[in-house]
Amino acid sequence: MGMTKELIINSAWCKGCGICAAFCPKGALEIVNEKVRRKEGTDCILCGMCELRCPDYAIYIESKREESEQWVKSY
Amino acid sequence: MSVVSTGDVSEKTLQTSDLIYKYMRPEHLPQIWCPGCGNGTIMRDVVQAIDNLGLSRDKTVIVSGIGCSSRAAGYMDFDTIHTTHGRAIAFATGIKLANPELEVIVIAGDGDISAIGGNHLIHAARRNIGITVVVMNNNIYGMTGGQYSPTTPTGDYGTTAPYGNLDRSFDIAGLAYGAGASYAARGSVYHVRETIQLIQDGIRNIGFSIIDVASICPTYYGRKNKKGSAVDMLKWQKENAVTMEQAARMTDEQKKGKLIIGVLRQAQYPEFTYQYARLIARLAKEREE
Amino acid sequence: MGKVVLMQGNEACVEGAIAAGMRLYAGYPITPSTEIAEISALRLPQVGGTFIQMEDEIASIACAIGGSVAGTKSMTATSGPGFSLKQENLGYAALAEIPLVVVDVQRTGPSTGMPTSPSQGDMMMARWGTHGDHPVIALSPSSVEETYRLIIRAFNLSEKYRTPVLFMMDEIIGHLREGVTLPEEGSIEIEDRLTVRFPDPKRKAYEIKSGRFIPKMAPFGKGQRYNITGLMHDESGFPTNSPEVAEKLMSRLMHKISDHYDDIVQYEAVGMEDADVMIFCYGGTMRAAISAQEELRAQGKRCGIFRPITIWPFPERELRDFAPRLKKIVVAEHNYGQMVLEVERIAGKYCPVEFVGKYNGTVLTPQDIAKAVLGQEEGKEA
Repeated sequence: MGMTKELIINSAWCKGCGICAAFCPKGALEIVNEKVRRKEGTDCILCGMCELRCPDYAIYIESKREESEQWVKSY
Repeated sequence: MSVVSTGDVSEKTLQTSDLIYKYMRPEHLPQIWCPGCGNGTIMRDVVQAIDNLGLSRDKTVIVSGIGCSSRAAGYMDFDTIHTTHGRAIAFATGIKLANPELEVIVIAGDGDISAIGGNHLIHAARRNIGITVVVMNNNIYGMTGGQYSPTTPTGDYGTTAPYGNLDRSFDIAGLAYGAGASYAARGSVYHVRETIQLIQDGIRNIGFSIIDVASICPTYYGRKNKKGSAVDMLKWQKENAVTMEQAARMTDEQKKGKLIIGVLRQAQYPEFTYQYARLIARLAKEREE
Repeated sequence: MGKVVLMQGNEACVEGAIAAGMRLYAGYPITPSTEIAEISALRLPQVGGTFIQMEDEIASIACAIGGSVAGTKSMTATSGPGFSLKQENLGYAALAEIPLVVVDVQRTGPSTGMPTSPSQGDMMMARWGTHGDHPVIALSPSSVEETYRLIIRAFNLSEKYRTPVLFMMDEIIGHLREGVTLPEEGSIEIEDRLTVRFPDPKRKAYEIKSGRFIPKMAPFGKGQRYNITGLMHDESGFPTNSPEVAEKLMSRLMHKISDHYDDIVQYEAVGMEDADVMIFCYGGTMRAAISAQEELRAQGKRCGIFRPITIWPFPERELRDFAPRLKKIVVAEHNYGQMVLEVERIAGKYCPVEFVGKYNGTVLTPQDIAKAVLGQEEGKEA
């Protein structure tokens, strides 16, 4: 299996400041009810700008080898 | 995209990136800082710089003072000490003297480092003791609710400057430069990659280093001065930042209101603990003879 | 018997500290303690230690605390105005439980006062100077030789109980030169803090256990990776606002000292076996008291001296034992009346407590004290 990258949001830590969404080069994030989420119909290019700027470490790109992990991802 | 854990809620709150997991204390996150506060980003910049340099977590010490910035120490997974207001550099000096092999990093705010702690800043710079100071400079006293600080621009508002600040403001990196710091630089919350590089270079510098990072305080400074949201404040940094090289070609008039980032000075002076170790060795040799 | 050398009090303070293991001194020049800095600057690099002259008094104590946190026995010394400036960080060291020795060579105050004149005017500041409730250990030597031995004890208590120890000298002792019999090499008892040898992430830095438990200390840089703060903290060392946790912490801090009263408190009693009058004094005042007591004994007066060596915690049990059989206690000190308040509190219900003091830069003479004992005291308002 090759490396895969994924955008992960930890809503529990998100304070809804909107920095990630504002500086996402693809406009792929939005704030709804003071929490960030992926915006439907947009592309995330996994550039990681959101991770660099998020003051609360609530959004990040995870690289992993295996698909099956302890976390179940749902979209 | 959201994540659903197979475990319980407490397990889910520990979910974080490898960088944060390795260098922070996730059980104490999320931090107490307000939404959009720049301090979290600067704290991440510091651990990213530490990771890039491959520093040992066991040989790196984080020292903080008092104020919003000072809470950083508790979140970072090193030997950490949250000291008294203004005195972080003095505590850090003692740690470095006692064990010069430690990488000692001070995280401080603008009031902490340049008002109540201003004396320690200039003398640590003069002494060129090998510690690195990262300033979370948000132009305001945030923890106490928005009083003007030594870096609040003239005319701006704070709860103790209801008619506008009459004081002139400090350039902290410039102050340290003038006092003899061997590395003085200015970064910003918006310019993440550049700031990480500046912190890295500061840590690598053998003597006293300071990286004055323009933070943002949307809650107090931003609101009092109609600077808009955290996003607006970052956009301001993006649009008004000029590099040191660009600034060198600008007139004073053109530089007004600009955020000049980059390295002010990098120079080689003998570092204090190195000098002291040499003195001890010299005396030991003289006794043998 | 060890070697006899002529030493100044301030010099004995440094030599004793080095013998105790002091390897970091951070200070700022101030009369009459400056020789402590000067001699430390000369001596410490000779023994592999570090001297630093910091930019001010506050930086000096902060630097010494930092050194101790990194595992080095550290000291700072000062005098009245500097002692005032150090108070905030003294409280920090008490709450964060950092071993540290702070020397105060007292001079006449308040404010800049009379910098070259002796005083014992900082005794209550030693107890209550920093804000908030906190435990304190303070010792006071009355001779140069005792300075040497007692500063070693100051370090030992500081290490053993993880607390700052105040070493309350005065200008009389600081600048006095007399013969000191140095202890034989190897005969000095040295106490070192108990340290964490193997880092354990589950370890609680400020663990509360029953009994007289004092948590071990982890020097920075050895892998324990823990947090130290001046905020009220839980057992793991992280800030808390919980009243229950704060109360437990405060209770442990205070009991840490009070439960070890017998180990910490020392005093000297001279001629107290049959005495019906007590001269209460400490530090440099002892010298005049000895002459006064000898003179009074020669006149047939049954006079004794009680001298606390440990000032805080105050030797109240011993004083309470003596008080019921006394006709009078005369408290002699170089201030407007400080420890006399403590003596009155403890002994006042058993016998009259009188005060004889000096606060004008001069010292009490044996005659001053003898007069007070005989009841011809001029009164403190005179």
